[in-house]
Amino acid sequence: MSDVLAPPIWRHPEFARGSRDMVGVSLGIAAWGLVTGVAMAKSGLPLPISCLMSLLVFAGSAQLAALPLLVSGAPVWMVWAIALCVNLRFVIFSAQWRPYFAHLPRWQRMLRGYFTADLNYVIFMARFPEPRPAPEQEPYFWGGVATNWPSWQLPTLAGLLLGDAIPTEWGFGFAGILALLGLLYSLLSDRASWVAAGVACAAAIAAAALPLKLNVVVAIAAAVAIGLLMDHVTPAEAKPVEDNT
Amino acid sequence: MNNWEMVLAIIGLAVITVATRGFFLYPEQDLPLPAWLRQGLRYAPLAALAAVVAPEVVMTQGHLITTFKDARLYGTLAATAYFFWRRGILGTIVTGTLVLVVLRIGLGW
Repeated sequence: MSDVLAPPIWRHPEFARGSRDMVGVSLGIAAWGLVTGVAMAKSGLPLPISCLMSLLVFAGSAQLAALPLLVSGAPVWMVWAIALCVNLRFVIFSAQWRPYFAHLPRWQRMLRGYFTADLNYVIFMARFPEPRPAPEQEPYFWGGVATNWPSWQLPTLAGLLLGDAIPTEWGFGFAGILALLGLLYSLLSDRASWVAAGVACAAAIAAAALPLKLNVVVAIAAAVAIGLLMDHVTPAEAKPVEDNT
Repeated sequence: MNNWEMVLAIIGLAVITVATRGFFLYPEQDLPLPAWLRQGLRYAPLAALAAVVAPEVVMTQGHLITTFKDARLYGTLAATAYFFWRRGILGTIVTGTLVLVVLRIGLGW
């Protein structure tokens, strides 16, 4: 860890940029973390266990999915199976991380793997659309993590400790969804990306009855298929998705 | 489940986080991923975002909503309008959340 977060990386301008790019969505992350914390507090899981879960697992939707099973005493393999399904999207994302990080030693790849939540992925890919390693990527990546990790963990712990004192029925947890919405809009650059997003919305709603959030995987598959189709019909538009924020 | 079993379950969950997030990062050799798939995966991030957002806006407990008196719709509209006006994510979050909270507390939507 020490040479990952050694002073030179802190001072690199890309560290600040990565951190700043994450600040825009961190309000949404924080609201979402708070709601996750409250949900965990109300589930009846013992407080130290909940804190441990938040700090170690670091995957909000997998935590929320595993929670009822943990509390009801389901077999441990079932808890893990649920989390695995909910995390399937990360497997797809990791294929895209590979060209950027494949040259690193294995422990570095594992460390990065652990910290690459959804928003780190989206923001990083928008900043570096060309899939090849570059020296600015390391400080940019860790700058994003330096904002993302505390903006998720601190509100989650606050939600865990305050529990019932936080009025979640006001619906401010929706801020997390709006953060994702804003990110989505910033990725829509050409016609193919708009169509792919529309298809993903429709597929996710149509497949919502699937258990374990598998509708997200169905939606990704549908959007990739339609995107490929459009790239091949109009090859001139086949360019990387750009960030236009 | 006793506490130790829960701790074991949680350690397993943390391992799953590492295993899934870095899945294709760990092999030393490049896995043979066809070029067309590699290219198509550029649609994966926006698809994942859309797939998480859309049901949260128009569905309640697994069913499409059947009313327009739902604060989420107007929160989303306001957030969308803000985004395409100013293109800032923070303002998008604040605008949408304000509209949502006002409608929910004020009108009970």
